[in-house]
Amino acid sequence: MCDQTFLAITFGPCDNCSQNKPLMNIYLKNEPINYCSLCVELMACQGLAKGETTNTLKAESESLKAKLEEERAKLHDVELHQVAEKIEALGQFVMKTRRTLKGHGNKVLCMDWCRDKRRIVSSSQDGKVIVWDAYTTNKEHAVTMPCTWVMACAYAPSGCAVACGGLDNKCSVYPLSLDKNENLAAKKKSVAMHTNYLSSCSFTNSDMQILTSSGDGTCALWDVESGQLLQSFHGHSADVLSLHLAPSETGNTFVSGGCDKKANVWDMRSGQNVQSFETHESDINSVKYYPSGDAFATGSDDATCRLYDLRADREVAIYSRDSIIFGASSVDFSLSGRLLFAGYNDYSINVWDVLKGTRVAILFGHENRVSTVRVSPDGTAFCSGSWDNTLRIWA
Amino acid sequence: MTINTLSQDGVQRQQMPCLTKMERMIISMQDPDMGIKLRNQRLLITVIPHAMTGVDIVEWLIKKFSISDEEALHVGQLFIKYGYIYPLKEPRNLILKADDSSYRFQTPYYWMSTRWPASELDYAIYLAKKNIRKQGELIEYEKECYNALHKRINHTWDFVVMQAREQLRASKQRRKADRIVLECQEQAYWLVNRPPPGTQDSIDHGPERRTMNTRVQLNAEFYKKEIEHNRISLARNRVKSSICLESYVKYCEQYQPHDPIMQGCLPSNPWITDDIMFWNMTSETVALPTKLRVERWSFCFMELLNDPMGRKEFLTYLEKEFSAENLCFWQACEDVRHGETAKIPEKVDEVYKQFLAPGASRWVNIDSKTMEKTLEGLKRPHRFVLDDAQMHIYFLMKKDSYPRYLKSELYKNLLARAIVPQETKKSVFPFMRRQRHSSPSPALATQTAEDDGKAKNSNSNSGTASRL
Repeated sequence: MCDQTFLAITFGPCDNCSQNKPLMNIYLKNEPINYCSLCVELMACQGLAKGETTNTLKAESESLKAKLEEERAKLHDVELHQVAEKIEALGQFVMKTRRTLKGHGNKVLCMDWCRDKRRIVSSSQDGKVIVWDAYTTNKEHAVTMPCTWVMACAYAPSGCAVACGGLDNKCSVYPLSLDKNENLAAKKKSVAMHTNYLSSCSFTNSDMQILTSSGDGTCALWDVESGQLLQSFHGHSADVLSLHLAPSETGNTFVSGGCDKKANVWDMRSGQNVQSFETHESDINSVKYYPSGDAFATGSDDATCRLYDLRADREVAIYSRDSIIFGASSVDFSLSGRLLFAGYNDYSINVWDVLKGTRVAILFGHENRVSTVRVSPDGTAFCSGSWDNTLRIWA
Repeated sequence: MTINTLSQDGVQRQQMPCLTKMERMIISMQDPDMGIKLRNQRLLITVIPHAMTGVDIVEWLIKKFSISDEEALHVGQLFIKYGYIYPLKEPRNLILKADDSSYRFQTPYYWMSTRWPASELDYAIYLAKKNIRKQGELIEYEKECYNALHKRINHTWDFVVMQAREQLRASKQRRKADRIVLECQEQAYWLVNRPPPGTQDSIDHGPERRTMNTRVQLNAEFYKKEIEHNRISLARNRVKSSICLESYVKYCEQYQPHDPIMQGCLPSNPWITDDIMFWNMTSETVALPTKLRVERWSFCFMELLNDPMGRKEFLTYLEKEFSAENLCFWQACEDVRHGETAKIPEKVDEVYKQFLAPGASRWVNIDSKTMEKTLEGLKRPHRFVLDDAQMHIYFLMKKDSYPRYLKSELYKNLLARAIVPQETKKSVFPFMRRQRHSSPSPALATQTAEDDGKAKNSNSNSGTASRL
């Protein structure tokens, strides 16, 4: 029994979804509108007020965004490179590969430093996660994950555990044991559960909490011991690819970047999106805070890296060149924040002068995409991981 | 094998901005006035039109983008890898050589951005044509592919062979030069889209990323949240750019002496000289710290607290001032904030007993309003219940005790005694590489803490804990 009998007076394109369907004639604000029955139902269920449609809401949101950009532009009285004119230019820059870590059988996707300044953990496409002493190039531990494409890995602040995850949609924590006979996988703790791939993970100031970002468009904060979800962060409209915790005094915020071209700053306690920046033209692959915590840099598929200031609430610098065609996959600052190291999908690493906006050097060496770049905790070197299965330490 | 490498959406999304940029460059390279000068190239006995040499390409790139030789070679290499330019003499060798080897532009029909699916059927026809032309003498991997395809799409094989024959017949009617050019183009296309084993796959690009509409519902609720968010953002207080940007200049200046990559480090960078003296001198448990380290404590309060040695020194100072409970309270709050969720109630209780309860042994001086709010919150303890009180004490220390510590005898003495390491010169004999010593793993610390005495002996003797 069809309880949806209505008089279909017309058949044609719906005013809302533009599909050719039998139309219902309804009145919105005394105006006759032709909607298909699906749109009428949607309108009813989504609690739209009279005259509202997803399109009108979208238009309102866009106009507010435009106003926001206007407001931001008002206080922009000087460009960064103008302020930086009085600084000395950097001299000849020489950085070489000091160590090459070979051992992964497939693309290296992610790496992280240990706080002891010499150990690193790296993960690859074939599911292997390896802990190295990068200084001696010895491998110390290895775990094989039950999934491929382990895109995220992180070293715990204590140096006693590593977290990793990828296509399994989970983040697992492995305590590092020095017992030769112990299988690391046995003590594994499954912490995070997302509904899509895990793109990035990071411990907060202790071993007890992990922050994750996922292809399902959300970030989340988890308690390691219990696996409980402490806070979730919604606001991205597409995959979230990267996150970074703020080095600020209060230690309560982090920034995330995603495929919706947005970089969002979040408050960890409330789960609120505090600030949002949308000037990139393509996916944001990587976000990193400037060491003072007042700004952050992003690397994107549109082949540019950009610097956003949190107090001025706007983008303040773009790092790009015509000859750079491919996207930046990963960025990190040197200790003083003067240099920005960016790894690109064209196998090179570009070093930018953050203040002057110019490129200081281009480093060749990798034979495939550079997937991750991280400066060591004491700033003595940086490590790059690549799809050519190796990691390199540059100093 | 990556997931969905040939998914149309995949190529479209991630590669398109790069491909569009490359194509713009290629088009300007072919500009009759400003582009590369093309000439005829002799290939065996035929003359191929519109060819250029490797040097031409590199020089044009150097002039156009003001880049170095190395970078121009690198960029040119990308064009070949992605199939926009192909080599004439050694087609299988997709490398740009900066000499007089000849190259040609690929026809736009075969550009990657056209997103032809490069299906098995097309590949089969191509291989069949080659097979017929070369009378069965295909290269090893091509022969394998051919046989594999023959098995897989056997049901369409008649069609494949018929197509191959027809295309060959049509091509025989062309001029020899045209025919060779077309063959080269097609071969170049397939070398990029079906790379021989052992060479790189340029279309390889990782797990699929989706964008709008498939991950998050862009419905009315989503937009309402965005509108709310934008309204709040509009009302935000902003700071003038000039002030913000000045602060970066100051920060970079202040930290430059501490940045090993910018200014080197004393005695030397361990990664460069294989000498770990630097790490030994800056470790947590060293007897006398370096001057730079002690100076850094004066940059801001957080620097002092983040360094465990700094924190200890500060605690000693506070004890002299009888306000050590402030730092202890702050540390206890940090522990609550970052610790296990399950232990929060008991930790909060401890903190209350030690620091907040009236008559507590280490009572901290918080203003009444904050104290009231905190005590109220303690009835239902959660991770952030002590935040207000912690913030109050933090700023108290920052505004009061910290500046006084920096002016104190304790700090000044330490600064005077702090070491400025001697620079280690690089080894006179560069061939003699210093032995790289390993260090105990941080995981060792917990291991020995857990085990009994007998296990401790066997573990602590091993420097390298390799298990592979």
